[in-house]
Amino acid sequence: MIELILPAVASCIVAFFVVFVMIPPLIKFLGKRNLAVKDVNKKEDVMVVRPGGPSIIVGIIASEIVLYAFLQLNEILAIIITTSAAFVIGYVDDKKVMSGWFKPVALAFAAIPIIALGVYDSNLVFPLFGTVQIPVLYLALIVFMIPITGNTINSIDVLNGVASGFMVIASFSLSICLFIVQNYEIAIVSLPLGFVSLAFYKYHKVPSKIFPGDSGALTFGAMYGTIAIVGGVEILAAVALLPAVINSFLFLSSVKRIVEHREVKGKPVEHTDDFLLKATDEKTAPITLVRLILAGGPLSEKQVGFTIFKLAIFSGILAIITAFMMGVSL
Amino acid sequence: MKSGLFGFLFAMWVLILVGGGIVVTILGPISVSGFGELDFFLGSVIKAIVAIILVVIWILILSKLKNLIFKKEIKS
Repeated sequence: MIELILPAVASCIVAFFVVFVMIPPLIKFLGKRNLAVKDVNKKEDVMVVRPGGPSIIVGIIASEIVLYAFLQLNEILAIIITTSAAFVIGYVDDKKVMSGWFKPVALAFAAIPIIALGVYDSNLVFPLFGTVQIPVLYLALIVFMIPITGNTINSIDVLNGVASGFMVIASFSLSICLFIVQNYEIAIVSLPLGFVSLAFYKYHKVPSKIFPGDSGALTFGAMYGTIAIVGGVEILAAVALLPAVINSFLFLSSVKRIVEHREVKGKPVEHTDDFLLKATDEKTAPITLVRLILAGGPLSEKQVGFTIFKLAIFSGILAIITAFMMGVSL
Repeated sequence: MKSGLFGFLFAMWVLILVGGGIVVTILGPISVSGFGELDFFLGSVIKAIVAIILVVIWILILSKLKNLIFKKEIKS
């Protein structure tokens, strides 16, 4: 345990500062090339550059290479390869609008390195009840897990700072869970995700200076999913991710098909005269987490974001309680 | 509304815990014998079918819960 402190500290410093230092020049670079979109939740015509994904992936790769130099784990290689593949998929979607099916199918292929490197345990561990062995079914779970976590984080990237802020809370909760179940090496391997998200949040929070884009959101989600698999904490990861899962569940159950947000006809949210966010009455609009939060009345973008963070903290606490329950058997 | 969302989160968590219990109790002991080399394959297929049925039931319960908790908001 003591020998893990140095790699942990070194990788966390690299993760945070690579992203923190890289974003200002990236903002200038993207701005010069006019790679900016209108921030639709601002009264004035505010343009925000995107994608911030390149800074996120560089931070993740640099910090995981530092960890690999110390630990030489195949799990780290799986994280680097799968996360990089997810970044490329997101980057393609940032550059060219792809169909709704492109990302889930491509992300399923991104999961192959996890299987090829054999860095998983096909025993699925449940709290209170123990373990179930599902060797073949578990392979399907791996292939489904990366598209689910990737698209789930992508679907919550709707307001300034929400995707990165949510990722900070969810990933640190997952790291705490990994420490509780005494999977120390993967706990340390998971820490850079939280620090990369934290550094990105500094520029992504209200008012955003940069958006992560699909390349950033899919990178966050894919790394989170890979950590869940290689750490054998799939159930804990799902619990910590519940608010984003609810968002995807509500969206899919109201739209009833896999579709890109931009293809949906009705708007779930509109603006009041003083530019607060307000839920619409449109029957064709999908039900989303933000729409449900706004059902109680109009709120500012910042207030909605903080409500999502409170939900993330609540589910993070539930995940930590669940981690303690892993050691208890009925 | 916010309390409804926290309630829905909590309900999902309970459903995961209960679902886990059902998976361990039902899926765990399933094994097939008497088909030689096909035993493992058939066992896996049965486990996969049972797992899919359990997931569908889980989603249906969640859908009902969603309608119950967010009745007013979903109708509007």
